[in-house]
Amino acid sequence: MSLIRYESQARAPLVEGNKTYHDVTEDICRPVEAKPSKLWWVGFIISLGLLGFGVVSIYMDIVYGTGQWNLNKTIGWGWDITNFVWWVGIGHAGTLISAILLLFRQGWRTGVNRAAEAMTIFAVMCAGQFPIWHMGRVWNGFFVMPYPNTRGPLWVNFNSPLLWDVFAISTYFTVSLLFWYSGLLPDLATLRDRAKLKWSKFFYGLAAFGWTGSTKHWQRHEALSLVLAGLSTPLVLSVHTIVSFDFATSVIPGWHTTIFPPYFVAGAVFSGFAMVQTLLLITRKVLALEQYITMEHIDVMNKVIVLTGSIVGIAYLTELFMSWYSASPYEWFAFKENRLNVNSPYGWSYWLMMGCNVLSPQIFWFRKMRRNILVTFFMSILVNIGMWFERFVIIVTSLYRDYLPSSWSTYYTPTIWEIGFYMGTFGLFFTCYFLFSKFFPVIAIAEIKHILKKNGDSYKAAYAKEEMESYDEFEHNQSHHH
Amino acid sequence: MNVKKFVVGNFYEETVLFPAVTKVRRAGYKIHDVYTPFPIHGLDKVMGLKDTDLHIAGFIYGITGTSTAIGFITFMLAFDWKINFGGKPFFSLPAWIPIMFELTVLFAAVGMVLTFCWLCQLAPFVKKDHFNLRSTDDTFTMAIECTDKTNEAEAIAFLESVGAQGVEIQHREADWWIGRYDRETVRFGKKVPQV
Repeated sequence: MSLIRYESQARAPLVEGNKTYHDVTEDICRPVEAKPSKLWWVGFIISLGLLGFGVVSIYMDIVYGTGQWNLNKTIGWGWDITNFVWWVGIGHAGTLISAILLLFRQGWRTGVNRAAEAMTIFAVMCAGQFPIWHMGRVWNGFFVMPYPNTRGPLWVNFNSPLLWDVFAISTYFTVSLLFWYSGLLPDLATLRDRAKLKWSKFFYGLAAFGWTGSTKHWQRHEALSLVLAGLSTPLVLSVHTIVSFDFATSVIPGWHTTIFPPYFVAGAVFSGFAMVQTLLLITRKVLALEQYITMEHIDVMNKVIVLTGSIVGIAYLTELFMSWYSASPYEWFAFKENRLNVNSPYGWSYWLMMGCNVLSPQIFWFRKMRRNILVTFFMSILVNIGMWFERFVIIVTSLYRDYLPSSWSTYYTPTIWEIGFYMGTFGLFFTCYFLFSKFFPVIAIAEIKHILKKNGDSYKAAYAKEEMESYDEFEHNQSHHH
Repeated sequence: MNVKKFVVGNFYEETVLFPAVTKVRRAGYKIHDVYTPFPIHGLDKVMGLKDTDLHIAGFIYGITGTSTAIGFITFMLAFDWKINFGGKPFFSLPAWIPIMFELTVLFAAVGMVLTFCWLCQLAPFVKKDHFNLRSTDDTFTMAIECTDKTNEAEAIAFLESVGAQGVEIQHREADWWIGRYDRETVRFGKKVPQV
């Protein structure tokens, strides 16, 4: 048998700089074992500050109620649900990278999956805050669980998309966490066995669950990863489908459409990849991991961004066409007057969304742009702004003018506490990410070692001979081993 | 207390490890385990390990989730307290599919991870003896269990002849125990040897 699977030299190496297994361990453990830099402290303290702002905003919400927000009877969902959908969407890229690309056997995922999965977990944590605190009387939050209660028992409504959301988001969070942590176990064991300090011996010893690297354990670990990937793949599609059902199953013009599930999933992957780019461009620079998160990775992810951005663009145009073609006056009004019309109160947000999500990613058709770090970073921010406005457009422009003109809303702007709540979730997200990047390996060490002999620089060079062989020679030499 | 005697050898190349495993098994030695820093595909086959049935457990947990969802929702909405939601049937299966699916995934994932941890004896505060700390870094460590009949010198020489490096005899606890990695722990009145 040939132990090292042959891979064409036409593919760029995924690990640069002639690494050995030990080099991989050293490079990825170094940021964890070194003292945090000044830059880390600055970022961490800013994140904590934002988190504090969020805590105060939620305190105001609990004490004085959701009246602290500018929501009204017409616009019952404003910034809060916009932010909820935005954060859930961001989470989707992590699962796509860790699960779907595992099933598709995409070797490049190994460089970015750990950080992307962490991003998923933190983003879903942030998303969960919005429906919870939007409840107002949050101390009654447990009413959403179907438990035998003293009110009948009166059960929850299993026919409601809002309850589906409760199950979808909590399942998504749990499964993502299990998938991420089971993948982390071997790497935590690596850190434990290298630990010099007493506290790190204790911490990583506790966290690694006594992992040894036994062959039988690896065999089960592989089976577990594969099945969890198989489960996460339909799960991630179901989560944003169900989020889109919150809108699609209603009868509000602009929401009542069957295109929502695929359109939301594509948008989620689109915004998620943009957030992965934002985080990884900073991470690879600050932690000096450019040889593991290479230009190749950035290029590939930009290709995903241009693909999903174009799917989102087609979805926008399709729903626009259908609103006209449906001949429903309400549907067409929502699009023509509330969105397309630049002079309408929220017309600007529709065109901002179109510009950021549909036009700007087209720049990634050019290889030079895909491989330009500054352009990529700028675009990743732009896409996330655009995707936030997509949810804002869907929610606010559909709600503020519905069937009854007498209840049309005045212009909705958020209060400081709505903004503070949103900023607070940024604080939560980045506080978690900073802690993660300090105490956990941001790249999956074992998985990089697993692909090293196929995709590493030095090992690829060893195959130069095979590249030069004729087909017959190659076939003879390769099949000889079996 | 289950301290045993092992002959331990280290390998650094997969291409040396695979033939070595075959030769050691053919010579009649009992391989306790091979510890590797990452999964090496095919090593389990060469060592003669059976395939894992973990995915079958996952399937069973999954269908448990599906039937839990459909069973409970049917009981709640179609029998225990019927509520008329917009004139729709009390037993409205299509609307329950999302939650049935979510519970399938949830039960399968949680059940599989717990089963995985149970089978591999993984949990916080579980402590195990390690033959070589580098086997989570860059070393493939093979441990051969010594029986009464094992000629140790012969076993060491044999392991060296198949390419192992740093071959030595180690006395190690074969089971896990409750302990912390930052301090030496005592188990059943006897000191557990530290690595």
